[in-house]
Amino acid sequence: MFDRLSFPQPWLSLTLFITWQILSDGVSGASVVLGLILAWLIPQLTRNFWPERPTFKKIWIMPGYVLRVLKDIVVASFSVAWLILSPRTPRPAFISYPLHLENPMAISVLASTISLTPGTVSADISNDRKILLIHALDAPSNQEVINDIYNRYEKPLLEMFQ
Amino acid sequence: MSLFAEYAISALLLFGGAFTLIGAIGLARLPDFYTRLHGPTKATTVGVGTIMLSSVIYFSALGEGIDFSEVLITVFLLMTAPVSANLLAKAAMHVSVKTMKGTEGQPWEQ
Amino acid sequence: MITTALYLTIAMVVLAAVLNLYRLIKGPDEPDRVLAIDTLYINAIALIILLGITLGTRMYLEAALLIAVMGFVSTVAMAKYLKQGSVIE
Repeated sequence: MFDRLSFPQPWLSLTLFITWQILSDGVSGASVVLGLILAWLIPQLTRNFWPERPTFKKIWIMPGYVLRVLKDIVVASFSVAWLILSPRTPRPAFISYPLHLENPMAISVLASTISLTPGTVSADISNDRKILLIHALDAPSNQEVINDIYNRYEKPLLEMFQ
Repeated sequence: MSLFAEYAISALLLFGGAFTLIGAIGLARLPDFYTRLHGPTKATTVGVGTIMLSSVIYFSALGEGIDFSEVLITVFLLMTAPVSANLLAKAAMHVSVKTMKGTEGQPWEQ
Repeated sequence: MITTALYLTIAMVVLAAVLNLYRLIKGPDEPDRVLAIDTLYINAIALIILLGITLGTRMYLEAALLIAVMGFVSTVAMAKYLKQGSVIE
């Protein structure tokens, strides 16, 4: 059951280790040892819940992507705040977004990004994982929203995962 | 504490509080469930994240050493907000919540 | 100056919590109420952090972290319950 000292998911293990160091009061010998144990044990125990291991192609795009999403989250909340406070009624729309990504992990990253960025929440995905249903708070035109999402978020994700 | 740190902390606090309030106003006054979903997922998350940031700066400026526990909470909120929004949207489609007048397109059948 | 900003922020967050309570009571559908509770626990986290700054202690951070984790799990549980009538498949 346990492959001795193997880390089936190095990135998950690294994240767990760093998280544990932040959680404990300062980095000490005890926290490093316990962090190593957790980083080994948790991926082993949850192995069955990860049907396919996510494969990264170009991991170095990641920091730029995260920064862009963080910036967009702040911009998004300003535009949503403006819409909430302005008296005019918004023009909401349900939009079917055609997915190009195939990796389930990549799709969930894209869906989360869509939910956190300007005026859109991802609501559902079709059974064949080809179409994402998006609710837009104020959509001037559907095609514009689709193009925006493709150029800003899906393209870098496509490069990163496939 | 330096004057600059004081200004920065006060500004971040007020900014965060304002956004939390705006998220709640959106929840209270937008017309249907799907539009209401937008307020909490964005404005409230950003508001609380900003308050956390001001807390990090405050305790760092007091000279108690830099501690990133708040950042951990913020990252956790940023990761979970879209997931709960998505699950709630699915639940709303399942119980077929009414959409507001003028909504383009249809929610899917569940 | 920080004290004034702190009290103003606390007032705004409390007002936000009251607005969430209004949505929680008014509904009209179950998902609305769950969404209101979801927002309410995030506001509670903000209040705890603000309390920590007011009292000058970091002790409350663990509580905030716990509320974040438990709040997320309960929102997921309630959303699943609404969708399929049971929490565990």
